[in-house]
Amino acid sequence: MADISIKGLKKTYPGSTELATNNVSLDVAEGEFMVLLGPSGCGKTTLLRMVAGLDFPDEGSISIGGRDVTYLPPQDRNLSMVFQSYAVFPHRKVRTNIGFGLVMKKVPRDELEKKVAWAADLLQLTPYLDRYPAQLSGGQRQRVAVARAIVMDADVLLMDEPLSNLDALLRLDFRAELKKIVQQLGSTTLYVTHDQVEAMSLSDRVAVMKKGQIAQLGHPITVYEEPADRFVGGFIGSPPMNFLEGRVTQQGALEVAGQSTEAPEFLARSAARSGGLPVMVGIRAENIYLEDRGTPGTLDATVEVVEPLGHATLLTMDLGGQTIKVQVASTVRVSSGEKVGLRFDQAAIRFFDTETQLGLTA
Amino acid sequence: MSHATTNKATAPADRPAPEVDRRPLARRRRNRILLQVGCILITLFMALPIYLIALSATSSRAALQEFPLSFIPNNFSLETMQTFLQSTGILGGLINSVQVGIFTLLLSLIIGVPAGYAVARFAFPGRDPYQLFLLFTRALPIVVLSVPLAQLFLQTGLYDSVLAVVLLHTALALPTTILITSSVFLGVPRDVEEAARIFGCSPVQAFLKVVMPMAIPGIAAASIFTFVMSWNEVLGASILTLNQRTLPAQVLSSLAESPLAYRFAGGFLLVIPALIFIFFMRRYLTNMWGSTIR
Repeated sequence: MADISIKGLKKTYPGSTELATNNVSLDVAEGEFMVLLGPSGCGKTTLLRMVAGLDFPDEGSISIGGRDVTYLPPQDRNLSMVFQSYAVFPHRKVRTNIGFGLVMKKVPRDELEKKVAWAADLLQLTPYLDRYPAQLSGGQRQRVAVARAIVMDADVLLMDEPLSNLDALLRLDFRAELKKIVQQLGSTTLYVTHDQVEAMSLSDRVAVMKKGQIAQLGHPITVYEEPADRFVGGFIGSPPMNFLEGRVTQQGALEVAGQSTEAPEFLARSAARSGGLPVMVGIRAENIYLEDRGTPGTLDATVEVVEPLGHATLLTMDLGGQTIKVQVASTVRVSSGEKVGLRFDQAAIRFFDTETQLGLTA
Repeated sequence: MSHATTNKATAPADRPAPEVDRRPLARRRRNRILLQVGCILITLFMALPIYLIALSATSSRAALQEFPLSFIPNNFSLETMQTFLQSTGILGGLINSVQVGIFTLLLSLIIGVPAGYAVARFAFPGRDPYQLFLLFTRALPIVVLSVPLAQLFLQTGLYDSVLAVVLLHTALALPTTILITSSVFLGVPRDVEEAARIFGCSPVQAFLKVVMPMAIPGIAAASIFTFVMSWNEVLGASILTLNQRTLPAQVLSSLAESPLAYRFAGGFLLVIPALIFIFFMRRYLTNMWGSTIR
C-alpha cells in the first residue's frame, strides 16, 4: 500500500492538438478509494493509463509511495489493474489467469496456490477454476479480472470502468461486492467511471473531471450538495441539478422567472454594492416541494410532464418560461396542465456566476 | 379492479386460431439436405483422385492394367512404391523437400510473425506502401525471379543447395505469412496485451506469453500455406538446383519418360506429406480455448 502523488500532468496524444490532461495534480492518500468521474473524453482514462504506465505524460510527475514512477514501464510499478473489457487471457484457464501476475513475480508454488484459492473463494469462482474464460458469463469474467488484480498485493489498485460492461442488475450487486472487497484489502484505489452513481456509492473522495482538468475534488456528498461549478452540478445527480436564470436586486430580493423571493445575505450585500447581480440559481429536483398555488413564498409553475418512476414521481414543469424538474413522492397525485406553487428548500439552493459558471459562496 | 382488467386483456379472441403453416419448416429441411449433398459432392471431388492415386500406388503393376479397375484394394502390394523409392534421386529428393519445407516454414515464421505484428499494431510511416509492396513479390512470375536469383546464387556459391531453395520459398511465402498473421494480431485486443504488461511482463514477454498464443490459429494457417506452397513449388526449385533436387522437381524431370506406375507412386508420395502436415496443424486452426470454431 502506498499513496499516489500526481503533479502537473500534461499529455497530448499524437495527432491531436487538444490536451488530454491539462496540468492535473492529484494526491491520493494511502488506502483511499479515489474515483475519477467525468464524461467521455474528459481525460480520466488517460490519467489512469499514465499512472499505470501504459501511456507516458509529456510533462509532470507521478510518484507512488514516494518513489518516482513517471517514466517507469508498468511492470516495475507494483500495481494491478482491472480493465473495462476484462482483458482476461482467453487461452488460459481461470486458475492460471488469476495466478498470472504471481507467476511473473516468481512467487513460490504453494503460496501461489493459496492466494489463488483465497481470491477464487472471495469472488465465488472456485467452481470455475478449471474453465476457460470463454465458458464463463460476462459477470464471471469480470470476477476473474478482479481476482487477478487483488491477488497481487500491489501498492495501488487501478480500475478502469470495471462495471460498465455488466448489465444493470449485475452491476448493482457487483458494486456492493467490490466495495466490500476493496475495504477488506484496504488498498489505495484509483477508479475511473462515467457513472455518477458508482462514483457516489464507492468513493472516499471523488475527482470530477472536465476537458482534461479536475473541476472539483472532494467527498462525494460535498460534491453532490455543493457543486463547485455548473458543470459538476449538471453532471452529478439524476436528474441533474436545475439551473434557473435569476437576478439579485439592489434591494436584496432574488428574482426568478418574474417572481421574487428573499436572497441570501452574502449575495444581497454584493448586489447592493454593484446595483443588482445576475445569478444562475441551482436547485436539485428533490429539494423542491409542491404547494397550492398562491401559498406565500412559492413560485407559480405549470406541470408539463408527469413521469412515475416507482419510488418517486418526476415532474417536468414550466416556471415562467424556464423548464424545471421536480421530484415528488409517488403518492402525490398531479396531472399535466395543473397549476401549482413551488417552494425551494432555501438551504439547498446554490448560486453560480452567470459568466464563469463557478459556484458563489459566502 | 386492476385484476379484472388484466383478465379481460389476456382472454383469447373469439375467432379460431389460424392453421399452422408448416411449409417453411419443410423448405428448411430440404435446404439442409441439399447443403449436405453439396458437401458430399465436393468432398468426393477432392478425395476421389487422392484415393485412386493411393490405390494405384499400392497395387501391383499387373493390377493397374486390369479392366474394369477395381475400387477395392484387393491386391495390395508395395512393389510399385519400392521400385519408385529405389530409383535414382527420389529418396534424396524426398529428404531435400522435407528439409526445404521445414526450414522455409521456420524462416518465414521467424521473419513474418514479427512483421505481421508490427503491421497490425504500430502506425509507422510508410505502413500502407509497405503492405502493398509485400504483394509485389507475388505479382512477379517465379521464372522472372528465379533466373536472376540463379545467377546471384551461382556467384555466391549457394547454387544447387537446400538453402537456395529455402531462401526462394521464404521470399515467396512471406507476403502471405505477414498478411495472415497481421490480420490475426489485429484480432488480439490491445487491452489483453496491456494487462500482461501490468501483471509483470516486459513487452517481449507479453508478446510471447499472451499475444502469440492467441494468434495460434492464424499462425497455423500461415504455416500450412507456407509448407504446402514450398512442397508443391516446382519451377523455382528446378531452376535453382541441379543435383539437390526437391521431390517435385525430381519427379517432374523424370515424369515424361516413366511408366504409369512410376507416375502414380510419385503422385502418391507428393500428396502424403502435405496431407499429414495439414492433419496435424488442423487442430490449431479450429481449436480455440473452450470455444471450438467450426
